[in-house]
Amino acid sequence: MTVLHSAPRFTSNEGVLAALTKALGSKLVSGHEAHGEVVLTVARAEIANALRQLRDEHEYQQLMEIAGADYPDRAERFEVVYMLLSVTKNHRVIVKTTASESTPVPTVTTLWPVAGWLEREVFDMYGVIFEGNTDLRRILTDYGFEGHPFRKDFPLTGYVELRYSEEAKRVVYEPVKLPQDLRQFDFMSPWEGADYVLPGDEKAEGDKK
Amino acid sequence: MSFTLEESPTTGDEVITNYTINFGPQHPAAHGVLRMVLELDGEIIERVDPHVGLLHRGTEKLIENKTYLQALPYFDRLDYCSPLGMEHSYVLAIEKLLNLEVPLRGQYLRVLFAELTRICNHMLNMGSHVMDVGAMTPNLWMFEVREDCLNFFERASGARMHSAWFRPGGVHQDVPQALLDDIGVWLEKRMPTLFEDAMSLVVDNRIFKQRNVDIAKVSKEDALAWGFSGPMIRAAGIPWDLRKSQPYDVYDRMQFEIPVGTNSDCYDRFMVRVEEVRQSAKIIQQCLREMPDGPVASDDRKVSPPKRAEMKQSMESLIHHFKLYTEGFHVPAGEVYVATESPKGEFGVYLVSDGSNKPYRCKIRPTAFSHLQAMDFMCKGHMLPDATAILGAIDVVFGECDR
Repeated sequence: MTVLHSAPRFTSNEGVLAALTKALGSKLVSGHEAHGEVVLTVARAEIANALRQLRDEHEYQQLMEIAGADYPDRAERFEVVYMLLSVTKNHRVIVKTTASESTPVPTVTTLWPVAGWLEREVFDMYGVIFEGNTDLRRILTDYGFEGHPFRKDFPLTGYVELRYSEEAKRVVYEPVKLPQDLRQFDFMSPWEGADYVLPGDEKAEGDKK
Repeated sequence: MSFTLEESPTTGDEVITNYTINFGPQHPAAHGVLRMVLELDGEIIERVDPHVGLLHRGTEKLIENKTYLQALPYFDRLDYCSPLGMEHSYVLAIEKLLNLEVPLRGQYLRVLFAELTRICNHMLNMGSHVMDVGAMTPNLWMFEVREDCLNFFERASGARMHSAWFRPGGVHQDVPQALLDDIGVWLEKRMPTLFEDAMSLVVDNRIFKQRNVDIAKVSKEDALAWGFSGPMIRAAGIPWDLRKSQPYDVYDRMQFEIPVGTNSDCYDRFMVRVEEVRQSAKIIQQCLREMPDGPVASDDRKVSPPKRAEMKQSMESLIHHFKLYTEGFHVPAGEVYVATESPKGEFGVYLVSDGSNKPYRCKIRPTAFSHLQAMDFMCKGHMLPDATAILGAIDVVFGECDR
């Protein structure tokens, strides 16, 4: 595919996937290249070792970001995605691993001190636990917040709202009360994958049975 | 500032216990809503625990519930001091997934305004940094320059700050020639006069140097390990600039130099930014010289809307317009991480698409987050007043840090 876009152009991905697949060996679950990004999926238990190997042997010196992502349909619903940057080779790779609520991911704070807050954020937003991170407090949400807001099953409006109460002379939390329902506009074209259930459709289904 | 004593001090001078003070969340030198719990031994900082998230608005969650185009204005509101720099990463991420070509004039306009944003951002940061360490006048003079920049943004997009002007496929509207001429004239005379005047008060100033030289020195290794980027990593002596090493839009045609620091202290971080302003001015002038005529946005009508005049004539254009502003465009499934050199450093967007009209996941990589994390390590052993200088040199904006 010819590259038409003008997004940042780093060193060519040619041969990188093959070389890293070979180097990581059994630690690697799968690897692919799409949209100009090399994406490696690593077994959860081996993630710290794999990243250490990428840092020490393959010159990916910087950990720029750790992102969480939630796929509720999967057996292990969370993905933890590490963005690595090599300033000497001028190249980026994406390394990821999967986790569930109860399976801790080995920490990489021992490799990069910057991972501390990045892991805290993933923990705060998704509830992924990082084993070995000594300071796994919440970071972005409020003191005493409950739940993990970026999970797909957490409502956009949240559960509580806060206001200053003149009677109590302090800020109080109350359940969210919306004077009007939150409107989710769905403009997906009915010809392209949207699955609308129109009132009355269930009758046709009933006939079939 | 309020402070609490951990233990009551003894009456004599034999034991001095460490005490903890609370800096912020509302403090003029906190650059927004930052709360820092400082553990002090006398006036020496032993430990810093920054508490961020007081401005957390759940932007990433909101983006997941909007179409790609509706999500764009959220980026202006991240780093409200350099809105166009934020939009840049996002539109490039979408374009990378779509593999969409941007017309040359659109690319030039984006580079021009991204650099204008850099000047605008640095004026605010350097001004407030100088003010944090005690000088008032340069800040006022540099706000003049910033005001001019904001007026240019207004003339291009209609909004002074939250422009929402970069769009997937190009920019929203072309700029009038008069605006480009005015920017050229401004760069010739007014901008350098104001800026160099302000700098003449600061760069060799004894007090400014006493407050900044040799403060928070960071080695190259540490800068890499702590995920530094932008002026912070360049001040550490690593010539790393995404505009040069991973050029996007027409940065590969631009002639500019990357300033690097030698001492890796707060003074170097400041001076890197000073030189970046001059280099940005050079890039803008080159853009003005070389900018071709032509369309400013892609003519792929499945992504970028048709001209209004066209819509009055053509039914197809009308349908395209309607579909784009209701359903939006669909982005092929996949994931990309796109990072650009925002004025503060590497600003990245990790975009996951499931093939629908809304992003499945949009992770924003703020620059200030990793820099602020290093506060503890940079402040250790310094005096309490140095904390404000270090914070000023990091260039934090909490809209971006907390998202």
